[in-house]
Amino acid sequence: MTNEGVVVDQTHQDQSKADQLKAARQARYSPGQSAHQFSLYLYPLVALALLLLVNLLLDPQFFSLQWQDGRLYGPLIDIVNRSAPVALLAIGMSLVIATGGIDLSVGAVMAICGAVCANLLVLGDWSIPAVIGLAVLTGLACGLVNGFMVSYLGIQPIVATLVLMVAGRGVAQLLNQGQIVTFQNPDFAALGSGSFLALPVPVWLVLLALLMMQLLLRRTALGLFIEAVGCNAKASRYLGIDDRGIKLTVYLLAGGCAALAGIIATADIQGSDANNAGLWLELDAILAVVIGGAALTGGRFSLPRAVIGVLIIQALSTTIVVSGLPSKFNLLIKALVILLVLMLQSELFRNQLKTLFSFGKLRGGKA
Amino acid sequence: MSRTCLPLWITFALVLLMFAAGASQFDGFASLRVVTNLISDNAFLLVTALGMTLVILSGGIDLSVGSVIALSGVAAALLIGPYQWHPLLAFALILPCAALFGAGMGALIQYYQLQPFIVTLAGMFLARGVATLLSEESVAIEHPFYDAVAEFGLELPDGGWLGATSLLTIALVLLMLVLTHYSRFGSSIYALGGNSQSAQLMGVPVARTTILLYASSSMLAAMAGIIFSFYTYSGYALAAVGVELDAIAAVVIGGTLLTGGSGFMIGTVLGVLLMGLIQTYINFDGSLSSWWSKIVIGGLLFFFIALQKLLSHKWQNKAGGRA
Repeated sequence: MTNEGVVVDQTHQDQSKADQLKAARQARYSPGQSAHQFSLYLYPLVALALLLLVNLLLDPQFFSLQWQDGRLYGPLIDIVNRSAPVALLAIGMSLVIATGGIDLSVGAVMAICGAVCANLLVLGDWSIPAVIGLAVLTGLACGLVNGFMVSYLGIQPIVATLVLMVAGRGVAQLLNQGQIVTFQNPDFAALGSGSFLALPVPVWLVLLALLMMQLLLRRTALGLFIEAVGCNAKASRYLGIDDRGIKLTVYLLAGGCAALAGIIATADIQGSDANNAGLWLELDAILAVVIGGAALTGGRFSLPRAVIGVLIIQALSTTIVVSGLPSKFNLLIKALVILLVLMLQSELFRNQLKTLFSFGKLRGGKA
Repeated sequence: MSRTCLPLWITFALVLLMFAAGASQFDGFASLRVVTNLISDNAFLLVTALGMTLVILSGGIDLSVGSVIALSGVAAALLIGPYQWHPLLAFALILPCAALFGAGMGALIQYYQLQPFIVTLAGMFLARGVATLLSEESVAIEHPFYDAVAEFGLELPDGGWLGATSLLTIALVLLMLVLTHYSRFGSSIYALGGNSQSAQLMGVPVARTTILLYASSSMLAAMAGIIFSFYTYSGYALAAVGVELDAIAAVVIGGTLLTGGSGFMIGTVLGVLLMGLIQTYINFDGSLSSWWSKIVIGGLLFFFIALQKLLSHKWQNKAGGRA
């Protein structure tokens, strides 16, 4: 009885959908789009440039680079190098957030993977590629657990990943038996503190991950599918996209990225501290993604912008150090900058700002 | 109704089971002393979780509570110590300030349509930042009032002792029970969590409720901070890191849905008690390492969420079949 109504409704919907599709296609290929794209990159880049400029004013030596022992040293290299673990997390987090999810467990996954590395290296008879491989597999397994809970059990991402966030640190402590496990292995340590072609190895790892991910996402349809699922999971299922599989994939990728970040962090300190490895880094990663302009509701992502977000956060803390302010101001300034960025993303606030400025112009014109 | 009550009953059964397991294995576990210690040890978490329940019932989340606990502790310690205020006067200043802080976050969420997760995350950094700014070191509290409060309490048989903070916590639990289930504010919260658009159309004062409920969450967190200062006789900017996650876990274990609109205040109380019992059990046992409590709590979390999912799925299927 209601079938007819549905059919009629559907043709109507098809019509409007076709219109929407046409509009979307035009929007995608119109020159306006690239201008829009440009402005999306503009704000984070301007923020980063401003921060660096402030640093330059505070310290004229800020942009100086020294060549020493076959690698570059300098404050800029320092910022990039220190951003590496969070940048890797942010790459994975971007994808999760693009599907409308969130992954709170990445910090704990870093700790688990670090513990796996350290314990295998202490055992001694494992080659480094095998250690790295096993650590990445562990990260993927953690991602699989998250992804399974979110996509197949339908659990809310915050809670599903909260489980591993709470339990994961316990697992890492269990692996380490509550100790800080240290190892002596210069080859593995090079992953965290070594250099290659003038740049620190972690930076190369981030660039490699960024490039591979970007190719995977933008040269295949995967990126588009992820955005489609984030916009409307149900609609994309009707379009024939396996929305559950896509969600599982993004959590897997986030787990893999977290594993890489864990490897870098462990190699850097040549040890695994289950309590502190990656602690609260998930929050930094989420912030970086949001500063990069992604909405937590999902539907769009940009890996380069997320990485710029990470650089902004890292440059901010460097600025605070360079400016000579005591480090106790660190959190406060960070919070205020985040609030500002958030407010700028709110349309109402932008409109309020606009009216404020146009009001000023009006009065200025009259005077 | 039975569907929403079932997780509550399961948590209740698990609390009894955990207690029975402890009582059968260890001498002195089944005593009033253990029960009262359970309350006093978890008082600050319980008070925080009460506020978190309000927020989660409305479909939001509040990540700032742990930092607010630290901030109010540091503020209280500084006002009482260097500034020589009477503690009660200090509390009278701190609690409204905390409420204002929460109201600010609520206003950002309501009027600027920002996401609760990210707004309260900024609030978390802000509160912890202000706390570190006030004092990086732990500030000791020495005041006759604190000594008097520590000595005040109800002596119970069997070694039980309900201190002033436990009594305050119990009073707050009762107050929040009445507030959520028998007041207009409470029903507004449930309506908001069910569907904020429908709530708006029904004439629920959405804006006022949102702002009020974040204000109450922050105020309860500040209260928890004060209770925490009674344990430690100090205020420390790095105290209570991660308490927000414990509180969220307790709320979820208590059977409240994170999507909002469904759950009970008493469930949260049971959730906190269950988490406390696990810790007590591990303490009594002595051979289990502390990391097991994290793993067990993680497992419990998973169990409850999966259970809720299963139940709501079944219920939906049934409803679908009926229609």
